Amino acid sequence: MERNQQLRRQLASMRQSLFDQGHLDEQFILLEELQDDANPNFVEEVVTLHYRDSARLITTIERALEKSPLDFNKLDGYMHQFKGSSTSIGAKKVKAESTQFREYCEAGNGEGCMKTFQLLKRDYATLRRKLEAYFQLARQAGPNEIACRPK
Amino acid sequence: MGGSMKAPEKEILGTKMNHRHRPKITALVVDDNMVVRAIHHRLLQDLGIENQVAVNGKEAVDVHSSGQYFDLILMDMDMPVMNGIEATRKLRAMGIRSTIAGISSRSLEREKQEFMEAGLDDYHEKPLTADKIVSILHKISNHSG
Repeated sequence: MERNQQLRRQLASMRQSLFDQGHLDEQFILLEELQDDANPNFVEEVVTLHYRDSARLITTIERALEKSPLDFNKLDGYMHQFKGSSTSIGAKKVKAESTQFREYCEAGNGEGCMKTFQLLKRDYATLRRKLEAYFQLARQAGPNEIACRPK
Repeated sequence: MGGSMKAPEKEILGTKMNHRHRPKITALVVDDNMVVRAIHHRLLQDLGIENQVAVNGKEAVDVHSSGQYFDLILMDMDMPVMNGIEATRKLRAMGIRSTIAGISSRSLEREKQEFMEAGLDDYHEKPLTADKIVSILHKISNHSG
């Protein structure tokens, strides 16, 4: 019982830090609210779907950034897709960097695109790692404690 | 954020939507992004709305050509094969009178205008929330009197 309470406190703290550090926004809370007894793992399922989908886009964008000259229309198109998916799970920092990247595309600023993409990849990997740890702990704590909105 | 609906609000919505014992509302989610489709599907499901998904505009048109009908269509704008603007035009040309709501991340007024002129009844920026769906649903109930 005590061990479980400790896990729950750790889980709540982990979750809060994701918001405090600016990694997640209120869209993540919307996903949590869609989780219920019939869909107990909805948040993790959607996040997993996102990382599967976005990993492909990251690779595509990387390859497109290696080309010369850069095709800013294509890059913008890829990032539009990536941003949509990131926005859907509440990935706040990544979403902001996606927006910045698209602004550089519109300006035809290749260097800006590349620098922003490096930042984006860093924050993307960080959030992925943190969410994986969060869901792993949530599984240990038990289904009732997965990402419940604080009262 | 305006995205949360508490259980009592959902019950009131269910009562309003079915107060004349109408059949359940049906919807079609049209979006090329699998994450967005999953979320919109779940949002509608949570509101008691039976729904299917289509991955692009062409699939949305094809499903209607096969004879299916939906009270509500949530239409993304940017999709491969056939985008939301073209799909909306085609559906209206086919005589489809469903409530079609454009759901897009585009925010420029001229982009929204072009989409509306294709035949939308409503337009909302992503992310879609339960509150936005409710406002769209009120248009369905108003249309059916």
